[in-house]
Amino acid sequence: YFYVFIFKKIFWLKTKQPRERRWEATEVKEAATVDAAADIQGTSAPETVVPSSVPQPKDDFQEELVIRPLHSGDIYASFQFRTLWDTDFMRENKVSHYRLFPKSLGQVISKFSVRELHISFTQGYWRTMQWGQPFIPSPPGAELWVWFQDSVTDVDATWKELTNVLSGIFCASLNFIDSTNTVQPSASFKPLGLGNVTDHSFLRYATLPREIVCTENLTPWKKLLPCGSKAGLAVLLKSEKLFHSSFHSQAVHIRSVCQDWQCKTTSWELRQTLNSVFDLHNSGQTKREWSLFKMFSRTLTEACPLASSSKLYIDITDNPQGEQFELSPATSLLSQAVVLGDRRTFSVYDLTQETTFGTVRSLNLLIRWKSNEGEMLRPLLHAERYVAGYGLQTGEIHTLMYNNHPYRSFPVLLLDSVPWYLRLYIHTLSVTSKGKDNKPSYIHYEPSKDRVKPHLLEMLIQLPPNSVTEVTVQFERALLKWTEYPPDPNHGFYVGSSVISSLVPSTVAMHTNSTRERPLFSSFFPCKEESSYFVRIYTEPLLVNLPTPDFSMPYNVICLTCTVVAVGYGSLYNLLTRSFQIEEPNPGLAKRIANVIRRMRGVPPL
Amino acid sequence: MLCYTSLDILDIQWIWQFFSSGHTNNWAVLVCTSRFWFNYRHVANTLSVYRSVKRLGIPDSHIVLMLADDMACNHRNPKPATVFSHKNMELNVYGDDVEVDYRGYEVTVENFLRVLTGRLPPSTPRSKRLLSDDRSNILIYLTGHGGNGFLKFQDSEEISNVELADAFEQMWQKRRYNELLFIIDTCQGASMYERFYSPNIMALASSQVGEDSLSHQPDLAIGVHLMDRYTFYMLEFLEDIHPASKTNMNDLFKVCPKSQCVSTPGHRTDLFLRDPGSVLITDFFGSVRKVELTMDAINLTDPIKQMEEDPVNGEEQKEVYSYADQLPVSEIIHQKPKQKDWHPPDGFILGLWTLILLVFFKTYGIKHLKHIF
Repeated sequence: YFYVFIFKKIFWLKTKQPRERRWEATEVKEAATVDAAADIQGTSAPETVVPSSVPQPKDDFQEELVIRPLHSGDIYASFQFRTLWDTDFMRENKVSHYRLFPKSLGQVISKFSVRELHISFTQGYWRTMQWGQPFIPSPPGAELWVWFQDSVTDVDATWKELTNVLSGIFCASLNFIDSTNTVQPSASFKPLGLGNVTDHSFLRYATLPREIVCTENLTPWKKLLPCGSKAGLAVLLKSEKLFHSSFHSQAVHIRSVCQDWQCKTTSWELRQTLNSVFDLHNSGQTKREWSLFKMFSRTLTEACPLASSSKLYIDITDNPQGEQFELSPATSLLSQAVVLGDRRTFSVYDLTQETTFGTVRSLNLLIRWKSNEGEMLRPLLHAERYVAGYGLQTGEIHTLMYNNHPYRSFPVLLLDSVPWYLRLYIHTLSVTSKGKDNKPSYIHYEPSKDRVKPHLLEMLIQLPPNSVTEVTVQFERALLKWTEYPPDPNHGFYVGSSVISSLVPSTVAMHTNSTRERPLFSSFFPCKEESSYFVRIYTEPLLVNLPTPDFSMPYNVICLTCTVVAVGYGSLYNLLTRSFQIEEPNPGLAKRIANVIRRMRGVPPL
Repeated sequence: MLCYTSLDILDIQWIWQFFSSGHTNNWAVLVCTSRFWFNYRHVANTLSVYRSVKRLGIPDSHIVLMLADDMACNHRNPKPATVFSHKNMELNVYGDDVEVDYRGYEVTVENFLRVLTGRLPPSTPRSKRLLSDDRSNILIYLTGHGGNGFLKFQDSEEISNVELADAFEQMWQKRRYNELLFIIDTCQGASMYERFYSPNIMALASSQVGEDSLSHQPDLAIGVHLMDRYTFYMLEFLEDIHPASKTNMNDLFKVCPKSQCVSTPGHRTDLFLRDPGSVLITDFFGSVRKVELTMDAINLTDPIKQMEEDPVNGEEQKEVYSYADQLPVSEIIHQKPKQKDWHPPDGFILGLWTLILLVFFKTYGIKHLKHIF
């Protein structure tokens, strides 16, 4: 029924009467009107070099915001800021003139010979069943994975230095990333950028599930943008509203991308993404109505002057005729994009045009709901994880993966990184689908070493259609040394999220030509084939209690022992060594006077 | 160099004022040592000093801020990303532009002493270092739970006043400060500065030995006490200071008398060379730079010509790049696992023993078989 519905919708859209709305094609037809000197993104064929007295700028900045209303009444906002720079960080004479690309990150890339860097800070957990799939997935806490160039000789030392430098740039305690929580995945986390070499010894992955995200992480992140938080879409990033949300994730992705359709030269791409889900009830609203001011406590007044494109997309796929919600101010620009396996329609507000802001010179988008009907499509892939068992000695980790496709099965790569203090018994590992054993086609397991490295388990499992696959493994909890406990050990210890990478069948043909001019949110994951799209989902992190000693115990023991020794031994010693003498009771007054007189007389006393 | 003949008295006074304070840069090390939600007030204390210090001019690169726990984005905070100092919610001391250098589990005695003495691992980033020199005025502010001679860090370790005094002496020996202002807001705080013995240190504490520092007032919405009394009144005092103020240390000593604070704030100035009355508040809390205006014109050299880079010739590049396949299933299945250790092939031991037995029976004959079995 779902496919029929989609085909009906597309058919109906194509045949409806063309109104004043103008379709903004995703092809680069509009580039002809853009100034050739300013746009290096290139058209579909190589042109003759336009001679200009001003040297052609080799960097480019684009910003966009996608707003997707969710079926539960919440709203999902995804910011993406992309800076492209045609330069070579790896050559001998150092790059010294930075314009749009932030200097701190450029120096990090050249000093540590980084080929790809992905770092994300997330607060909250993405609820796939209620919110669908995010554009850029991220696990709770901090996650960092880096591909180094093959010129690096000592990857571990470079990784340690890189984490320290990044902890200074982002004001996060990334220096806690060391060998006990770093893994080297053997099949997951293939590079998202260009490159032919995929020797996994140059890849490092680490996650800190306990890391907090707050304004001190947002401040340096905003400072990396060319316009800062003073102009463009970044003025909306106010911490008081962003952190009062159900989900907040900010990330930095650096990779090499093709410069043009031929892909013979590369340029560096820096993407800064920020995803937020605002809760309807948390923000104290009664009516189902969202506006930019309600979400961010700010409105847009201008685009970033350094941006070549600055756009605001609202997802209106479920609202083709305007019967579900009403969008104001109205816009005539529309766009279609194939993202996450579905063709979605968006209303576009182009902030580089003066007319978008109207007479009040500010854009406050208002989305007002009229009806509450509409079902959310069930996401095709969904995962859960929990700890089972009782007591503080053993337990079991269960990971459940749901394949909600009615007839297609697809492969899934599960990456599990468990800290060393949960000793996994791999002989108890079992993978079952629909009650029957499901043997993975590839298993890679690296056992842990106490205090040196964690467990790494990677499995390639084929999920049968319309089923739940359960992966269970038993573990035993270790007793740590008393100096290894954190200051609040009774909170528990976190186990990082599992990463599930998968090629999910898509309902519409995905675009495989990666250099077409596309909105940023649809061009993050590269696509190799049309029938499926790549998705990565993260499970919940686990919180396990380890057997915790009573830290007041040494003090109590010393007090008790000293008391017992003092009372017991002291009394015994006194009894043994003291000698007792009989003492006369004190005589009365008359007797004392009589004794005095008798002494004077020289007579023995009474 | 100075030409006295052409100057009058006012100029000479101005020149001496110019060189009087002796410092050229300002640093601040602000530490909150307490963890857990009910110690909200300690984080608010530290952030209010951070706010004043930033407002008066010290940049983030010269401030080392250490917060042992996160109160602003704590899930118990009904107003996320805010830390208030007063129950009227007028002043959000957390602000929108804060950079915390050490946070959470990183705030330990070892890290604090390493920051002070400069003995940090080589890969420590600049924002986490105290890069002061012998012309720096440093403000050190500590707050948390303390006792007679110690300050508790995160409920698991403590720093004693002897250790602190020794750290300051190491700083003096290495010429890491010009003048140091030490402020502590804990119970029995005066015990922490009793043991100082390095010159040019001025110390303030919120309570004497044997007295407890008390908190100001709770907020019913947030549910905890928002700030300590001493820092609250000190913040009130500092809000009136601006970069051009001429208020001096004697006014700071008068902040929070016993009637407001319940405890008796103390101070120590015997190690300080200058008279406290001549020390401006902005010498430590602000970054007031002495500026000399000149009317002379300077000729700039010719502008540097931008080097034209040779455009990369498209025909010479033969390599075409492509994106990697994100989940190459067949490649993964046929991936050969890395064989790190060499193990003998399967059944090797069994085969070896069979061979030995066969050789034995061949040489000595089959009659020995009954001795084996």
